[in-house]
Amino acid sequence: MDLESAKAIGMALAVGLGVIGPGIGIGIIVGHALEAMGRNPEASGRVLVNMFIGIAFTEALAIFALVVGFIIKFT
Amino acid sequence: MDGGISIHLAPLALFHIGTFPVTNTLVATFTVSILLVVFAYIAGRSLKLKPSKFQTVVELLVMFPYQFVRETLENDKVAERIFPLIMTVFLLVLFQNWFGLLPITEGIGFFIGGGHEIAPFAYSGATDLNFTLTLGIIAFFAIEFFGVTTLGALKYSRKFITFKSPMAFVIGFIELVSELARLISFSFRLFGNIFAGKVLILVVMLFVPYFVPVPLMAFETFVGFIQAAIFALLTLFFTKVAIEMHEEEHHSEEGESHHVAA
Repeated sequence: MDLESAKAIGMALAVGLGVIGPGIGIGIIVGHALEAMGRNPEASGRVLVNMFIGIAFTEALAIFALVVGFIIKFT
Repeated sequence: MDGGISIHLAPLALFHIGTFPVTNTLVATFTVSILLVVFAYIAGRSLKLKPSKFQTVVELLVMFPYQFVRETLENDKVAERIFPLIMTVFLLVLFQNWFGLLPITEGIGFFIGGGHEIAPFAYSGATDLNFTLTLGIIAFFAIEFFGVTTLGALKYSRKFITFKSPMAFVIGFIELVSELARLISFSFRLFGNIFAGKVLILVVMLFVPYFVPVPLMAFETFVGFIQAAIFALLTLFFTKVAIEMHEEEHHSEEGESHHVAA
């Protein structure tokens, strides 16, 4: 295996495995937020803001995987 | 790569002043900063007690976030002092992200590498880790500064180093580490989001030009706004955490009463 293909496989593995956890996490966050909004529609504004903050935290992990992938591939 | 896409992690240097490289992200950052300063000058030049339409709109745009900051922090003194910083960071990041989506930033440049690539004169600032890391460091020091000045240095340090019980010591140590880890997550979140957006559009543009990038560009506009808001909001929330004592400890009555008095 030459270096170029090893880098491509490395990036694919890093990103592909790295987004599994955040994917599950965002699903849980949005699911529970929708549940909360359904139970308590007048609080949906505040729930929405907190949901986006939670998503940003979780998504950051996926972004870390992506950045590591870029570093593997392009340096 | 021949005929493929070219992706650079490091920004391209346009020219050098001494040993200091002037990169295209720096050009974009300065352009946006100058535009914001000019706008602020024009908006603040002729303030009247009986506002014109333009002044009303600007006042609304400033007062709404200010109210939000005050309600969140529940401490008017700190809110008054940290609001300019948060708003400046928000506006800079927001317009930086949106400026980077304009065709004038990526379309205009000169050829490098034997005419196969274009080095644009201006490129979205948040794709440069230096920019995001700088903002992260500024936010970090602002948070620590307000924590220390509000609670006092001794009390603030007691948040992280306590000898009350082994458990409290471990928790304090973990908080200390997470405080420093914020720097990484602050900078990499913004950098990764914007950089990934650029790469995404580039890849899609290579495979399906003209049509598919349009909704993605709209999505990137949204992402640019969300990331700017997240950066500002997280600075705000971490400040709120920093200026408050822990309530769950047993003999924190004196801390609590002090907080209320302050």
